[in-house]
Amino acid sequence: MLSINNITKAYPSRTGNNPTIALDDVSFTIKGKEFVSIVGKSGAGKTTLLKLILAEEKPNNGQILFDDLDIHKIKSSQLPKLRQRIGTVFQDYKLFPSKTTYENVAYVMEAMGASKDEIERDVSQILGIVGLADRVDNFPNELSGGEKQRVAIARALIHRPDIILADEPTGNLDPYHTFDIIRLLVKIYELGTTVILATHDKEVINSLGKRVITLDQGRVVRDEEKGRFIL
Amino acid sequence: MLILLKRVIKTGWKGFKRNIGLSLATILIMVIVISLATLLFLLSPVSKILIADIEKKVDISVYFKEDVSSEYILEVESEISKIPEVKDVQYISKDQALEKFIEKHKDDPVLMESLTELGSNPFLASLNVRAWDPSQYEQVANLLETSSFRNLIDKVDYHERKPVIEKVFSVVSGLNKIGIFFSILFAAIAVLIAFNTIRIAIYNSGEEISIMRLIGASNWFVRGPFLIQGLIIGFIAVLITLLITFGLCYGFDARIKTIAPDISIYSIFVSNFFLLFLIQLATGIGLGIISSYIAVRKYLKI
Ligand SMILES: Nc1ncnc2c1ncn2[C@@H]1O[C@H](COP(=O)(O)OP(=O)(O)OP(=O)(O)O)[C@@H](O)[C@H]1O
Ligand SMILES: [Mg+2]
Repeated sequence: MLSINNITKAYPSRTGNNPTIALDDVSFTIKGKEFVSIVGKSGAGKTTLLKLILAEEKPNNGQILFDDLDIHKIKSSQLPKLRQRIGTVFQDYKLFPSKTTYENVAYVMEAMGASKDEIERDVSQILGIVGLADRVDNFPNELSGGEKQRVAIARALIHRPDIILADEPTGNLDPYHTFDIIRLLVKIYELGTTVILATHDKEVINSLGKRVITLDQGRVVRDEEKGRFIL
Repeated sequence: MLILLKRVIKTGWKGFKRNIGLSLATILIMVIVISLATLLFLLSPVSKILIADIEKKVDISVYFKEDVSSEYILEVESEISKIPEVKDVQYISKDQALEKFIEKHKDDPVLMESLTELGSNPFLASLNVRAWDPSQYEQVANLLETSSFRNLIDKVDYHERKPVIEKVFSVVSGLNKIGIFFSILFAAIAVLIAFNTIRIAIYNSGEEISIMRLIGASNWFVRGPFLIQGLIIGFIAVLITLLITFGLCYGFDARIKTIAPDISIYSIFVSNFFLLFLIQLATGIGLGIISSYIAVRKYLKI
């Protein structure tokens, strides 16, 4: 359902010369429902890869096909439809600072035109699952780092997307919550959703026993079913 | 679709209330802009009346020779009033001219004495000619001086009055030009300030707008609430301005009448109410919505 074909991404530098090559000729395919982990050192290009899949950045070369749709060729007005099929946990959360926990999570469903009853039911359910039932009316600046991260996870899951892009979703969580969230992602995967997880958490990767793609300086250096965390 | 529209409106209203400080500041700026538009609108009939007042005072006189009979003069009068540039012609007989002089100078014993000493009426019969436009007097004077009845005419006083007439003419057209220039200048400045205020207000939400796009909201769903906020701000500003305008027109009507009796700003306000309201609405709401639209656009490109 997702195929990454020879993607190269270079960020221009401020001075004009020596652009940063974030991704260098990256290719892989995700067929059907899969749980894929992307690992690599800091700066290896994990976030950049997810940004390209979300069409937040354009590649310099190559194409990304989402169900045979070239996502960098479609019109800007078609992007919302595509993005509604994706749920993203951003590495820096990207919560709406002026919206409460409830409103943050409800926003995607509102934008998609779900009814008020549906939204109320689903939002309180997902906030219960991530353990934030008592923080519904708080604004992001009133939440701890881990709580913010769990709001971001709830927001990515709420509209039952086909693909979940989780960029370091456990970076700010203690081991107890980390495994809760990972268990949740696995469960969603088992229910039929593709999960792409970018992380440098060795224990998480090793306990998963699923496909692992390793990036190093923007190149795919390993792509293994039942992979382990090796940098 | 309907549920989305309802949400857009509700979110817009919520945004207005949550940023009430900024909203009020924007309303204040908009009130100034709309007031300016209103002022320009009200000023144009006032200036027209003032200019017409000045122009009324400008005329040229055609003096006839001593022996020309009043029948002849009346014939010439009808002849002159056929000239397209001429607005109206007024016949002043020898007696009327004398009466006017006495009326004007009755408190001046020296003049009065010399008048009685003279024994006869020294004034000439004349026609007062007014043109539609001060710039047309030269043409009218030339026409008279070359006409078939030119040998009946003692003199046309255009050439003596020329400097005055030309001065009035240049002042009037100068005032008009300055008025238009400052109107456009102020309007442009005010619009820029209003636009920038809205832009700054939306700048605070720039990051949120980008996030909305990234998680799959359509452009209209993102933009809508800001347009609604612009609309609310514009509408409230219009209501406030309308009240202020009414109050000022009502309160200053009598005072302005003592200076310029021809001008009643209150009746100008009342008789132009709907047009004025429309202009204010167009200025306020148009500016609010268009500024919001442009300001949001930048953040939707992601
Ligand atoms: N907007 C940008 N402009 C310029 N360079 C960028 C930009 N974003 C990322 N980079 C560079 O691209 C490279 C890859 O960055 P990326 O964020 O993809 O790494 P990452 O694998 O997600 O790292 P981390 O594990 O620390 O999150 C880095 O060298 C980074 O400095
Ligand atoms: Mg990253």
